[in-house]
Amino acid sequence: MIAVLAQLQIQERADSCVADDGICPGWIAENFDRYVAPFFQHVFLTLVSVAIGFAIAFALALVAHRRRWLVAPVVQVTGILYTLPSVAVFFLLLPITGRGNTTAIIALVAYTLLILFRNVITGLDGVPDEARDAGRGMGFTERQLLWRVELPLALPEIFAGLRIAVTSTVGLAALAFLAGAGGLGDALFDDYSFRSNVLVAGGLCVVLAAALDLAVLGVQRLLTPWAR
Amino acid sequence: MNDFVDAIQFIFRSQESQAGGARIGGAENLPLLWDHLEVTGAAMLLAIAIALPVGLILGHTGRGAFAAISVSNVGRAVPSVALIAFFIAFFPRTSAFVNVTLALALLAIPPILTNAYVGVRQVSTDATDAARGMGMSHGQIIRHVELPLALPLIFGGIKISTVNVIATATIAPLVGVLTLGDPIISGSVYGRAGQIGASIIVAALAVAAEVGLSAVQRAVTPTGVKLQNPKRRAQTSP
Repeated sequence: MIAVLAQLQIQERADSCVADDGICPGWIAENFDRYVAPFFQHVFLTLVSVAIGFAIAFALALVAHRRRWLVAPVVQVTGILYTLPSVAVFFLLLPITGRGNTTAIIALVAYTLLILFRNVITGLDGVPDEARDAGRGMGFTERQLLWRVELPLALPEIFAGLRIAVTSTVGLAALAFLAGAGGLGDALFDDYSFRSNVLVAGGLCVVLAAALDLAVLGVQRLLTPWAR
Repeated sequence: MNDFVDAIQFIFRSQESQAGGARIGGAENLPLLWDHLEVTGAAMLLAIAIALPVGLILGHTGRGAFAAISVSNVGRAVPSVALIAFFIAFFPRTSAFVNVTLALALLAIPPILTNAYVGVRQVSTDATDAARGMGMSHGQIIRHVELPLALPLIFGGIKISTVNVIATATIAPLVGVLTLGDPIISGSVYGRAGQIGASIIVAALAVAAEVGLSAVQRAVTPTGVKLQNPKRRAQTSP
């Protein structure tokens, strides 16, 4: 399989621009379809990891919001997870989850937790006491207060965290190929001395990060109509 | 669990490689560790030499807020691997070590630049006005007032970058610079014990850098700043 691919590559690289490892619009146009599958795998890894990371961080933040003593230990533990290099985590997980999507996603989720947890907590802390008092005055229970007053007011901070998490996860997912989970990093290191390949694979990462960032921003605008 | 026992053994005891013929593990890891630290150190020195003065001057003049903030946003969106591959592909004549150092330095610049900028901006105008009233020049104000007060944030930026660079230097063997990532990436030579063992070393190195630089950060924080509400500084790192 690899031998066949290598042979294909040699045939395709017959013309001189390609042989010089140059930037070849012709080659890019002809071979663009080889990036489609890695691109969507990259999107999949990013979205699944951020979604799981957000679910965990959000739940932790809601618990820690009422029990303040939990904030410091959660920040410490997620801080260590944030510090561990993802490549190291891929291989530390190897004996437990093997190679593939699961391993890559666990490592990527671990990386998002600190960013998301901290921003949800900061957002909730930033809610003015007057707003809380007004809610209590309207007869809200603690639960109603949380969902109707505190969380809506914390949304800008929460979304700021999501945007950081999404863009950094796109970057880290470029390493997921080391865990056997493919993605654009796979395409990139297939032939890293070929400029056309590096430009397209690297460029797609940047475009994806920007597009997902804009998408999160769009959702934020939809959810916070009062801020427009 | 056996894998982890083998991995610990790989860290501390030299052994025959998978295919035989070469010694791996134990003391053989030291040159890899050294190269890892060398490329990390070179990249960090270069990044600090560029980002710190630029951040301080932008912060002092109050110009370029947009540039200082957007450089960190753009920096986050460019994957570290793509940056390394970019340097290798576009500067094929330069040695791989230099290319990796340049790529890692570029990766390290945004957090230092942004934190230096924010650090200087948050210095109260009362302090700078007092310094100006004492007849200090712009250079003196930067060196004697703004820099000391911004040090905690600056070291925060250096810490983020160092941890990031240590992590990213792990993939340098993909382009031929043999760091601690070599046992991880050349699985056929080092085997699973080597891959996991080297991962443990890299992880320990990153945590050590984080803990060590956090201690430095606390040590350089002026006493007056320590007394302030720490929440104000919480949001700028990452």
